[in-house]
Amino acid sequence: MGHVYSALRKPLVHGDKTLHDVTQDVCSSIEGKPSQLWWLGFFGSGAVMLMFVALVAYELYEGIGVWGLNKTVGWGFDITNFVFWVGIGHAGTLISAVLFLFRQKWRTSINRSAEAMTLFAVVCAGLFPLIHMGRLWIGFLWVAPYPNLRGPLWVNFRSPLLWDVFAISTYLTISAVFWYIGLIPDLATVRDRAKHWGRKLFYGVLSQGWNGSVRNWNHYETAYMIFAGLATPLVFSVHTIVSFDFATSVIPGWHTTIFPPYFVAGAIFSGFGMVLTLLLIARKSMRLENYITLDHLENMGKVIILTGSLVGLAYGTEFFIAWYSGSMYEGFAFINRATGPFAWSYWIMVSCNVLSPQVLWFKKLRRSPMVLFIMSIFVNIGMWFERFVIIVTSLHRDYLPSSWSYYHPTWIEVATLIGSFGLFFWLFFIFVRVMPAIAFGEVKGVMDMGKSHGDHKAHGANPEVSHG
Amino acid sequence: MADQRPDLFLGVFREQDHTLEATKACREAGFTFYDVFAPYAVHGLDRAMGLPFSKITWVTFLCGAMGCIIAISGMTYVSAWDWPLNIGGKAPFPFPAFVPVMFELTVLIGGLCTMLGLFAMCRIFPGKKARLFHPRVTDDRFVIAIEMDEDFDESKCREIFAQHHAEEVKQVGPDYEAAVAEGGAA
Repeated sequence: MGHVYSALRKPLVHGDKTLHDVTQDVCSSIEGKPSQLWWLGFFGSGAVMLMFVALVAYELYEGIGVWGLNKTVGWGFDITNFVFWVGIGHAGTLISAVLFLFRQKWRTSINRSAEAMTLFAVVCAGLFPLIHMGRLWIGFLWVAPYPNLRGPLWVNFRSPLLWDVFAISTYLTISAVFWYIGLIPDLATVRDRAKHWGRKLFYGVLSQGWNGSVRNWNHYETAYMIFAGLATPLVFSVHTIVSFDFATSVIPGWHTTIFPPYFVAGAIFSGFGMVLTLLLIARKSMRLENYITLDHLENMGKVIILTGSLVGLAYGTEFFIAWYSGSMYEGFAFINRATGPFAWSYWIMVSCNVLSPQVLWFKKLRRSPMVLFIMSIFVNIGMWFERFVIIVTSLHRDYLPSSWSYYHPTWIEVATLIGSFGLFFWLFFIFVRVMPAIAFGEVKGVMDMGKSHGDHKAHGANPEVSHG
Repeated sequence: MADQRPDLFLGVFREQDHTLEATKACREAGFTFYDVFAPYAVHGLDRAMGLPFSKITWVTFLCGAMGCIIAISGMTYVSAWDWPLNIGGKAPFPFPAFVPVMFELTVLIGGLCTMLGLFAMCRIFPGKKARLFHPRVTDDRFVIAIEMDEDFDESKCREIFAQHHAEEVKQVGPDYEAAVAEGGAA
C-alpha cells in the first residue's frame, strides 16, 4: 500500500488547501444556518414526499385497481420504478468499493454522497415491490422464511423473486454499514468542533468515542478493505439477481442470457448519471468546486460513456440473437419493441442512452458542467424508459393475440413515480445538512500536504520515505 | 494501581511524514508506544509503530462461512426436508438455485459481524467518551504518545521529536486528556 507521488499527476484537490481548510470547508455547510435554497429544497421535496405517502396510502386502501395494470400487463410503473431505483443505487457502492480496490483516489471526493444516494435509492426501490403486492401487511410476511401456521408452508428458495428479497435487503444493510464505518472518523471531527451540547451529544453517540488512535486505524483500514471486498461482488450480484427475475422466465424478450451483464452495465450507467446530476447541483450550491473538480466530472463522464456503450452493445446483441436464434417469438418481441405500439418508448430509450452520451467523446464537452448536467438528465430519463421497454413491451403482446392489450398508466402511477423522487431528494437534503457530504478524512489522505515531495524535502528529510 | 502506570511523553506534529519518520525513529530507539494519533488513515504508520496486521479478517472469514452454512442448511431443511413441494418440476435440492442466497447471507452475516468485530477490537461503542490527546487531533494534528517506562530516554526522545519538527513536546500523566472546552473549532 505504498504511496507513490508523481509530479506528473495533477493534485486531486485544488486551491492549495491545508488539512484544516478541508475540515473547515466541508463542515461549514453543516454548522452554519441552512441557506434559503436548502429550506426551499427541503420543503419542496418534503411536499412531494408527502404526496407519495398519500398516494401509497390510497393505493393500499383501495387496492392496486387504482393503477392502470390489466390482465396482460401485470407489471407496469411499479416494477419499472423498482428496477430503475435499484439501478440508481449501484453507483454509490461501485464508487466506494470497486474504485477503492482499484486504488482510484479521485473517488474520495464523491464517495460519501454517492453512498448516501445509494441508500436512499435502495429505500425508494424496496418500497415498490412491497406496495405492488397490494396487501403489503400480508405480502411482507410471505417473503420471510419463518415457522408459520400455514403448515409451515415455506417460501420458495428456487424462485428468483425470493433471491431478490435477500439481495436487496443485504445490499441495503451492507451499504448502510459501509457508509457508517466510513463516517465514524469524520463524525468524530464534527463532534470535536461542536459547541452546542445537542450537537456534541448527537455526533458523540454516532462517532462512538473515536479518537484517531493508530491502533484503531489499523483495524479500521483492514475492515474497510474487507467491506470493499465484500461489497464489490455484492454490487454485481444485486442487479444480476434483479435481472434473473426476468431472465429465468419464459417470456420472449426477457428470456435471454445477456441480461445479467446488460443489467449491471445499465445500473452503473444510470447510477453514474444520477450521481452526476446530484453532484453538479451540490458542487455549485455548496461551493465545493475545489473538491469536486472538473477532473472528477471528467472521470465520471468516462465511466458513463463506457457503460453507455456497453448498454448500446447489449441493445444490438439482443436484436442479433433474436434473429440468429431463429425463434419466431423472440424475433417478434424485438420487432414489436422497435416498431409496435410502444415504439415511442423504445426510441426515447435509444436516443437518451446511446446517442446522448456520445457528446462525451469530446474533451471540451466532457469538462463542461452544463453539458454534463443536461446529458445526465437524459441518461436518467433513458434508463427509466429502458426498464419500461423491457417490462411493458415484452408483456403487452403475449403468445395469445386475443389477449394483446395496451397499457395506460393512471395519474396515480405517474404521481407515485414523481413522489418517489420527492422521497429521494428529501432524504438527500437531510443528509447534506446532518452528515459531512465529503469524506474529508479520506480526502486528507490523498492530498499532497505534508508529504515528502512538498515542503518536506526542504527540511532535508530522506526522500525515500515517499515510498513508505 | 494508577500510580504504577508510567507517565506519557507526547509529541505533537503537523504533517504526516514528520509523524511517520518520528515514529520510525522512536521505534528504533526502543521506546514503548502508548499510541499514535492521526486525523486520517496514514498508510504505513501502523507498521512503523510495529503493530501486527489486524486479526479482523478472521472475524469476517468465520462469520461469512457461518452465514453460508446457515443459508445452505436452512434452505435444504425447508425445501428438501420439512415440506418438499413440487414447483414446476424443480428438484427439491437444486444446488445452483441455492447459490444466490448462500452468497447473500455470506456477505450479510460476514459484513455485520465485521462491523461488530471492528467496534469490539477498537473498544468503541455508542456513548463512549472520546479521550483526545490534542483538541485538533481529529482535524489536523498528529500526536505520538510514548510511555515513560524503564526503556525511555527523555533527552533522546526530545531530540527525535525536535528533529522531526514537533510543534509541541510535553510530559503528561497516565490519565491525560486534552481540554476541548473551546470546541476546537478555531
